[in-house]
Amino acid sequence: MQIDWIYGLIGGLLIGTGGAVYLLGNGRIMGASGIIGGLVDGSGWSTAVERIIFLVGVFAAPLVVLQFWDRSETNITSNVTQLVVAGLLVGIGTRIANGCTSGHGVCGISRLSLRGIVATVFYILAGGLTMAILRHVMGWI
Amino acid sequence: MKNIFALIAGLLFGGGLIISGMTNTAKVQGWLDVFGAWDPTLAFVMGGAMIPMAIAWAFTKNRSPIAGGSFPARPDPKLGRNLIIGSTLFGMGWGLAGLCPGPSIASLGFGGPNLWIFVIAMAAGMFAAPRVRASMDRMIPAE
Repeated sequence: MQIDWIYGLIGGLLIGTGGAVYLLGNGRIMGASGIIGGLVDGSGWSTAVERIIFLVGVFAAPLVVLQFWDRSETNITSNVTQLVVAGLLVGIGTRIANGCTSGHGVCGISRLSLRGIVATVFYILAGGLTMAILRHVMGWI
Repeated sequence: MKNIFALIAGLLFGGGLIISGMTNTAKVQGWLDVFGAWDPTLAFVMGGAMIPMAIAWAFTKNRSPIAGGSFPARPDPKLGRNLIIGSTLFGMGWGLAGLCPGPSIASLGFGGPNLWIFVIAMAAGMFAAPRVRASMDRMIPAE
């Protein structure tokens, strides 16, 4: 627990460096929901190769890390209804808001974008409220 | 060149996500669980990521991307209903499963079938989103 914040900070620095490479190299915002969403709804097919290669990197790097350090714990629920509802909410929500934790959060706040800051406040409040209600009031998760 | 930058960025992003612990849904839900055993890790991840990004943004002034083109313009500061409603829906799903889009892809290779169920549902949501937005616009026209 005490050391977790150091891993958090190191991981965060790597994530931010990735965003910096994507921005300074390609002139694009490293937003996971935008990169995936553009492939899913067809709006980003003109840059499909770049998007797919990025996602392959995101998918592959953890598999390399796992060779040296067993950090495979996900603690993901096995409740299918919960997974499907959560996935739909994340998919619809991030696309309607035009960004998620990486795009609005990391890339937006670091340029002091009002939209990024407001989006982040709302998704953290909504997430916190969801946890409070489902875990402490209903006792479901 | 663009593809090389995309690969490097993706590898750094995915590596950073697993090292930081963000592929562990319990840590994300722990951050959101202010009334339980609150876990501050996510704040360090966000804070750490801001540092190189803020430097990168400062560096974009009067320059162009290495692979050509131009840097993204500052977004319209108008907030709008979609930003608020979308972020609220996203936050609900984030709390419910402890997953957002980046970590869901980063843990897809080792997290087992439950991750695939989430990612397929997320992709379905993304596919449906333009239609959801259009019907929202029909009900209550955006300003």
